[in-house]
Amino acid sequence: MSASWLLIILLALAGLGFLLGRNRALASVGGDLRKLHSLPNYYGFNVAMLAFVPAVLVLGLWAVAQPMVIDASASGVIPQTYYQDEGALNLIMSDVRRVAEGLDLAVAQGVLSASEATVLNTQTTDLRALLGGVGVALGSEVAPEVLAAAQKMRVMTATGNWIMTAIVLAAGLGGFLVAVRMTQATLRARNLVESGILILLIGAASIAILTTLGIVLSLIFNTINFFSLFPAGDFLFGTTWSPEGRGGSEHLGILPLLWGTIYISLVALVVAVPIGLFAAVYLSEYASRTTRGFAKPLLEVLAGIPTIVYGLFALTIVGPMLVSVFGADGLGWMQGTRSVMTAGLVMGVMLIPFVSSLSDDIINAVPQTMRDGSYGLGATQSETVRQVVLPAALPGIVGAILLAASRAIGETMIVVMGAGAAARLDLNPFAAMTTVTAKIVSQLTGDSDFASPEALVAFALGMTLFILTLGLNVLALYIVRKYREQYE
Amino acid sequence: MTQMSKIERAATMHDIKISAKDVQVYYGENHAIKDVNVEIEDKTVTAFIGPSGCGKSTFLRCLNRMNDTIDICRIKGDILLDGEDIYDKRVDPVQLRAKVGMVFQKPNPFPKSIYDNVAYGPRIHGLARNKAELDEIVEKSLRRGAIWDEVKDRLDAPGTGLSGGQQQRLCIARAVATEPEVLLMDEPCSALDPIATAQVEELIDELRQNFSVVIVTHSMQQAARVSQKTAFFHLGNLVEFGETSQIFTNPVDPRTESYITGRIG
Repeated sequence: MSASWLLIILLALAGLGFLLGRNRALASVGGDLRKLHSLPNYYGFNVAMLAFVPAVLVLGLWAVAQPMVIDASASGVIPQTYYQDEGALNLIMSDVRRVAEGLDLAVAQGVLSASEATVLNTQTTDLRALLGGVGVALGSEVAPEVLAAAQKMRVMTATGNWIMTAIVLAAGLGGFLVAVRMTQATLRARNLVESGILILLIGAASIAILTTLGIVLSLIFNTINFFSLFPAGDFLFGTTWSPEGRGGSEHLGILPLLWGTIYISLVALVVAVPIGLFAAVYLSEYASRTTRGFAKPLLEVLAGIPTIVYGLFALTIVGPMLVSVFGADGLGWMQGTRSVMTAGLVMGVMLIPFVSSLSDDIINAVPQTMRDGSYGLGATQSETVRQVVLPAALPGIVGAILLAASRAIGETMIVVMGAGAAARLDLNPFAAMTTVTAKIVSQLTGDSDFASPEALVAFALGMTLFILTLGLNVLALYIVRKYREQYE
Repeated sequence: MTQMSKIERAATMHDIKISAKDVQVYYGENHAIKDVNVEIEDKTVTAFIGPSGCGKSTFLRCLNRMNDTIDICRIKGDILLDGEDIYDKRVDPVQLRAKVGMVFQKPNPFPKSIYDNVAYGPRIHGLARNKAELDEIVEKSLRRGAIWDEVKDRLDAPGTGLSGGQQQRLCIARAVATEPEVLLMDEPCSALDPIATAQVEELIDELRQNFSVVIVTHSMQQAARVSQKTAFFHLGNLVEFGETSQIFTNPVDPRTESYITGRIG
């Protein structure tokens, strides 16, 4: 029985359990609600929960574990002489899986009968043509070992599915029966449901945390993997970035990329911080309520524009505009439309709403009494803003700027389109440069072997980026928290 | 003895510092202050009492045009400071607030050092020509705020680190530093404990020698203790205004009597 059918059955069981539990609880007190420990619905939810949740958990675990176990035992059928390394075995196993799948399809479509499918022979049947007929295209003729492994896989999958169905249904029914039997007036169903909800919430939180942990771990292990193929010193302190196509690169130095990242982010912040901050001061201190009412959402629309659109804007409008002033016809500093300046300016525009909306919140959090105190002493509005409001909000504003900075460092699309792909160490802001993020994209897109240092370097780059932004975020959070303590 | 001195105080007449005529205040549609006429004397403590929402704070904020910072607030009538209309177009509200200082309900020291808190006003208005003069102003103000002895060794410490009572006295010192002619106090003791309240009340009595003080308070005992003149507000009207001793011992209006004896409010 397929997993979706099982799920439907379990849902039906839960629904039935809800009604049954509710009625049983009511019946146990002769319909007098006040004698029940909990509201009747809680008894229903308790039964539904116990019938559904454990069974679904079993189903989920089984669905994940079964293919792994089957793969492992089916690959045992393939003789050792057949492949040299892990990679080759993986290729064979994917063939095996396709053959098994194809046979199932053939049976389902009636091309083969179930018993015919089990006694196929590579000598007598053209499997490749047969499977091609049902829509499964194979790259080569099917070797007998592959067919044997595929047959073993099919048998194991069939039995596995039966066992799974039995166990899941048993778990569902077991939970159902236990819950129904314990349903009586004194059962603290409300508390049981409460702890069920608690477990659900903890589960959600741990998935979020574990995923992060998993990503970080995969970054770390792949980075270590990379450093075993490529010297760490050359990566961290190399000043040239010139990966060869496939293996054998000598120059994978991160410094030019890091410099590009920092330079472009710096230009972006120089644009975004003053404009964003002044906009925030205007919106929170000077603007009337109506102006604020339409100006603030309008500014925040900027944050909703996809970065690829900003990239287009950089490439087609800002770049050519800069070239017309600083290019060959003008000052002659700029070679093409792609440059640090192009990407930096556009990224700055992208960051304005970040800085302004965060700073606006922080400035608004400065107590009104503080402003009143200043006005009461005869200070003007700008004196108040400069000498009282901004110093009070400063830690929060610094936090906002650091968050914007970590966003700038992680930005990819604008850089790819606006700054070019040339990794170089240069001070000229009108030269094309590239960043860590843009290079991660170019290292992993296209036809690359994931075991080569050229591809693995992406993880080391990612790790560097991660450490950089993590550091900035931690710093920002620390500063923001310190600020909060001031007004408690 | 106290009764005697109160009568003595009452006997001394002072110049009229602020005079309000037919003042009306509207918050949007809401008519918050109706026909208020009051004359505030120089070198006198005037108390505004009345139940919550009666408009006493609103009226106080009219006296230094703090209500200008609220968009929907409109004011009609005349308020004269030394005979000049403070709502005249030629009057700069910023300049006015330097002359009519204000202390707020909650102590609101700036997140700066104690020194910078007090020096804030003098710096803005350019009252000191050099550092030595500024130091002098700061010390004098802190002494007038009766807090000098407690903070003289830590003028660089943040003002927010002081206790509530100390913060409020710091705010009074800060207000005094710009040499105002009138000091408005909006429930200055409502966030303080009894000991700090006593200190601030003592301070208010001393301030009377140099300034005209107007204090809004919820505590009738406080009004009786610190003020010479009392105004009773009710539902936006000024019900009764007179000598503090007379208001508390022999009120004319039945509403005043009800409030003072605790039947309303």
